[in-house]
Amino acid sequence: MDLTFNAEERAFEQEVRDFIAANLTPEMKRATALTPSVFSDPDIGMAWQRALHKKGWGAPGWPVDHGGPDWTPAQRWIFEAECARAGVPNVNVMGVKMVGPVIIGFGSPEQKNFYLPRILSGEDYWCQGYSEPGSGSDLASLKTRAVRDGDDYIINGTKIWTTHAHHANRMFALVRTNETERQQDGISFILIDMKTPGITTRPILTIGGDHEVNQVFFDDVRVPVANRVGEEGKGWTYGKYLLEFERGAGIASAKLRDVLKTIAELAESEVTGRAIDDPDIAVRMSEIEVDIDTLEMTELRVLSALQTGQNPGAVSSLLKLRNSEIRQAVTRLGVDVIGNDGLYVEPVRPLYRLNETPGIPEELLPVVPEYLNGRAYTIFGGSSEIQREIVAKMVLGL
Amino acid sequence: MDLTLSDEQRLLRESADRFISDTYTADHRRKIASDPLGFSADIWKQFADLGWLALPISETYGGLGGGAIEIGILMEAFGRGLVSEPYLSTVVIGASLISECGTDAQKHELLPKIADGSLILAFAHSERQARFDLSDVKTTAKKTPDGWRLDGQKTAVLDGNAAGQIIVSARDDGGKIGLFLMPRGATGLTSRDYPRLGGGRASNLDLNGVQLPAEAVFGDGSDALPAIEAVVDRAMAALGAEAVGIMQTLLDQTLEYTKIRKQFGRPLSANQVIRHRLADMAMQCDEARSMALRAALMADAEPVARGRAASGAKAKIGKCARFVAEQSVQLHGAMGVTEELDIGSYFKRLLAFDTLFGNSGHHYRRHAALGGRAVQA
Repeated sequence: MDLTFNAEERAFEQEVRDFIAANLTPEMKRATALTPSVFSDPDIGMAWQRALHKKGWGAPGWPVDHGGPDWTPAQRWIFEAECARAGVPNVNVMGVKMVGPVIIGFGSPEQKNFYLPRILSGEDYWCQGYSEPGSGSDLASLKTRAVRDGDDYIINGTKIWTTHAHHANRMFALVRTNETERQQDGISFILIDMKTPGITTRPILTIGGDHEVNQVFFDDVRVPVANRVGEEGKGWTYGKYLLEFERGAGIASAKLRDVLKTIAELAESEVTGRAIDDPDIAVRMSEIEVDIDTLEMTELRVLSALQTGQNPGAVSSLLKLRNSEIRQAVTRLGVDVIGNDGLYVEPVRPLYRLNETPGIPEELLPVVPEYLNGRAYTIFGGSSEIQREIVAKMVLGL
Repeated sequence: MDLTLSDEQRLLRESADRFISDTYTADHRRKIASDPLGFSADIWKQFADLGWLALPISETYGGLGGGAIEIGILMEAFGRGLVSEPYLSTVVIGASLISECGTDAQKHELLPKIADGSLILAFAHSERQARFDLSDVKTTAKKTPDGWRLDGQKTAVLDGNAAGQIIVSARDDGGKIGLFLMPRGATGLTSRDYPRLGGGRASNLDLNGVQLPAEAVFGDGSDALPAIEAVVDRAMAALGAEAVGIMQTLLDQTLEYTKIRKQFGRPLSANQVIRHRLADMAMQCDEARSMALRAALMADAEPVARGRAASGAKAKIGKCARFVAEQSVQLHGAMGVTEELDIGSYFKRLLAFDTLFGNSGHHYRRHAALGGRAVQA
């Protein structure tokens, strides 16, 4: 057994570092640090996606014949870890990490040829149409209907919690194409152009003060049948495949380490009156650090199993649960670290483009919004309660 | 980066698992519980025959040159069986202290005896006022014309009742901590032996003018604290692996029980509150497994990294162990608090695990202090 990477992998690590140093501008880095929502704004995220694409690294998880870089699991790990360490922006994960793999796995040749290059280049920006007002955890009960009319489906209904629907030009959605006895069997997976007539988007502000999610309404929206991925009625299978990607490809610890480092630096600074000298803060910092070490080790065990061709099992739920809980613990610690400055509210967004000097040091601005928005970590992508149910079923066989 | 077992390691795990499930039945444990030795001398001999006692000892001294991973594999199996043989005291701690601090002559004399099973060791270090502070030693070692004179008290000396020789830490006139080899029958030594929580035995020692020969001191008499810290860090990694074996057993038994036990006309495991509790237990078992492995992989790192890995593991596994243990009792209902099931024995062993070498709270503080934060460990 060996925890260290070999010479080849270390050389790759250096290549990633050099790439980041050459391409991550101070503006991107600052904007990312001052983004308290889950995703970077597209102007920041897509600038980074274009840089990655130019290097051939636009979609780390894709097979090489679709433009993936053909990395080993260890290389993917190193890449993600270095990106997190450097504080790079989030790219459009709904495109690269969610719909991309589904199109690769189940799409038609035409769909692959059309959509995949546009995801890689950053030309398309995707959003995810899954949840509905009446269908959250019980996703399979979704009611948005797609009724066949010649070569089109006519879609009516509404999707909610749609991240960046106000930025996206495309949506992948689960829609009901059939009333079946088992409700999962009547669902299809469909790709929608957001400019199609009949689509309207309503912003939803979250408690951190950010506009990240939306409700999207469909009013007799015509979508070509050719935009359906795979077979009619098999959408649930494809959607679940995607959710396993959404719950994390198993490389979350590096990002957690980066967010904890930010809080640790604040705690060690005079800006917070050296909060770290409070033994309660210092010990909680250690508790979280140990939790991150634990998650990292679990991820490395999975990585090692993947490298040797073993199946790591139903581990994505375990990783998602711990990642989300640790993320919330870090943001909670952040609020305690900044003390009275946590009472300050900055309503203007984005925080990296304020016209006036804020009332507290700039680096403290995202701390409380991150905590507030961060409550969503244990809710989106299948709530913690749903994940525990999956663990009970898949890991414990209950 | 490779965290898979080698073929040799897989074989070791298979033979350990087989031996434990064949030997350590509930009946065996009940018999041993009332035994004044606290373990079976016959099984100890079998450990020697299997090569387990020679495992971490260098090949130069008749050992197999194994490392923390191999020790962890054995300890996890030991946890499943609630093994009470003095493996930790003799092999994981004793042999390591001798290897770290002993002179070449001491190593040649003592290590082969550990490997062949003829020498059982105990480590007398903890003192009442020290709690879990390894550097707090008040027992004194005074140079005499014939050798050394030791005075002081030691608590929670694991397997002190069975050890032929006891390794005692004591402070010399220069204030350095030295290690001394003391025969169990030494004049001036009073030992109060007691059954230990979770199995095995331990002793509290009174050293009242114990006379030891000059060559009883380990090595050249230089400060042994760094070596003690290294050995205890590795012992905590080994104990972590043992705890994983115990936790996994509790989870397996509790899972089984909740499927069989019916109330309100259905199995307990049909209730979501129970299913989610079991999911949490499974998760914490897995987290403990990750941290025990991490501590083993970092057992030979530089002292701060090694210490943080060991303390992090001890703290995290201690927390997970308490949860899994307490929930196992809870989900067994009233049966869980009786001596009629094995659950209680496993529970008590995990409680002892959390205490040994410092509980969760202590090790989170040590982790913070080693990270340069102003926390008293």
